[in-house]
Amino acid sequence: MPTLVQRALSKIAGRLKPGLSLVSSDSIASNALVTVIAIMTFLATLTAGAAMLVRNASQDWSSTVAREMTIQVKPALGRDMEADARRAGEIARSVTGIRDVRVFSRQESAKLLEPWLGTGVEMADLPVPTLIVVKLDSSQQANVTSLREALRASVPNAILDDHRAWVDRLELMARSLVAVALVVVLLVLAAMGLAVAFATRGAMAGSREIVDVLHFVGAADAFISKQFRGHFLRLGMKGAIVGGLFAVFAFVALGFISARWSLDAGGDQVEALFGQFDLGWSGYAAVVVIAGAMAVLTGLISQSVVTHQLRRAR
Amino acid sequence: MVRFENVGLRYGNGAEVLRDVSFSIEPNSFQFLTGPSGAGKTTLLRLILLSLKPTRGFIKLFDRETSTLGKEEITAIRRRIGVVFQDFRLLDHLTTYENVALPLFVQGREERTYRAEVLELLRWVGLGERINAFPPILSGGEKQRAAIARALIVQPELLLADEPTGNVDPSLARRLLRLFVELHKSGTSIVIATHDLALMDQFDSARRLVLGEGRLHVYD
Repeated sequence: MPTLVQRALSKIAGRLKPGLSLVSSDSIASNALVTVIAIMTFLATLTAGAAMLVRNASQDWSSTVAREMTIQVKPALGRDMEADARRAGEIARSVTGIRDVRVFSRQESAKLLEPWLGTGVEMADLPVPTLIVVKLDSSQQANVTSLREALRASVPNAILDDHRAWVDRLELMARSLVAVALVVVLLVLAAMGLAVAFATRGAMAGSREIVDVLHFVGAADAFISKQFRGHFLRLGMKGAIVGGLFAVFAFVALGFISARWSLDAGGDQVEALFGQFDLGWSGYAAVVVIAGAMAVLTGLISQSVVTHQLRRAR
Repeated sequence: MVRFENVGLRYGNGAEVLRDVSFSIEPNSFQFLTGPSGAGKTTLLRLILLSLKPTRGFIKLFDRETSTLGKEEITAIRRRIGVVFQDFRLLDHLTTYENVALPLFVQGREERTYRAEVLELLRWVGLGERINAFPPILSGGEKQRAAIARALIVQPELLLADEPTGNVDPSLARRLLRLFVELHKSGTSIVIATHDLALMDQFDSARRLVLGEGRLHVYD
């Protein structure tokens, strides 16, 4: 019998401190709000994760493209294109910060054009420029300006392309996508905030009698709003955990599917274009941060709405 | 403790429910507030409880003029008043124990500091076996006693009870009255709103505040 009493008392203690919920939970409304928060969290984390993947992919593209330059030696009347190409190669090799210079031979250029022109094309009959691929040394800065000036002086029919325009476009596109994703996340947060605000107003309307009783037994407004905050924080945490877990599951599944794709023909191109579907620890940390922010935001919005309503009720 | 001077109250643009009500409640006093149904007994109690503002007149509670009170002061005054509602107003999703402990919980007290006190009071009002029961399954009398226990747990300086014996049999009504008398002896001022003449006759020495047609007549 004493054990039963102890059990009963500990049950009472457990109910009262700190878990005593003074806000009666309407299970249908609560479940609906948990579902809304879960969906919003899922969308927000998915969008943020996608933005991170795009940013990572763009960084990969940029660093790959930025490590190379191309010199095109165009055919010109009265000039020996092969001698010009050799001269341009020598100039490139003499500039600091350049790791490797490779002058494409006529056969190699023909091979590059094979997909378009077919085999057996006599390159000497075509005004095709000679390509020189210049690989940059990542350990030191290449002096691109002096290379450009030296080429202009010695080989006027050579054009140096440092791919800056491509890199700039890629970076602009990636930044735009990240900005769009940020706006989407903010819109999702705003929609969730409105949903929580309306749910709180509904809960308050349904708990008017409870709020009255709490006032009559000496509860301060701050205490009542904390009760609502605690109630909605719990709902927010439930929804955020469910939504966050679904998002993590989605990323893991996409990573698995993309890994399978990379084994197929064309998988390399897909991976080169979109990068790997691997968020990394920072991505998963972002999911946790967004889910936590959703839960905290839910609690704070509900507290704010209740405080405002109580002030008006006075 | 409580002083009303020429207090009037009307709801919206309607006629005055209370007119020129003047009376005072002294510390350690016992009074019945009576009158026919609809006379304004509950309204008067709500004015004392600061859940209504008078449309005219002057109310002083615990030496504070009520029209200038801030939120924190209203809360502090309510903590000195126990109230038993006619419809009990127990929270259905809390157990009897939790309902009775509610005034202490909202004050932020640790449960270990009041658990024994609450259990003792529940035993005293005859609800020792019902601590884990939820209000929907309590009888009318049990709800009434739980509501009274909730009002008493803070040992209020002033107890307002609105028809506290309205839902109980005469035997329990006598027991509850004895409970109020005991509380009065320990120093609490009691105001019982009732139209139960038999109940009032059991405690002849109490003051009677009689409401009729919006006016209050005091019989010491």
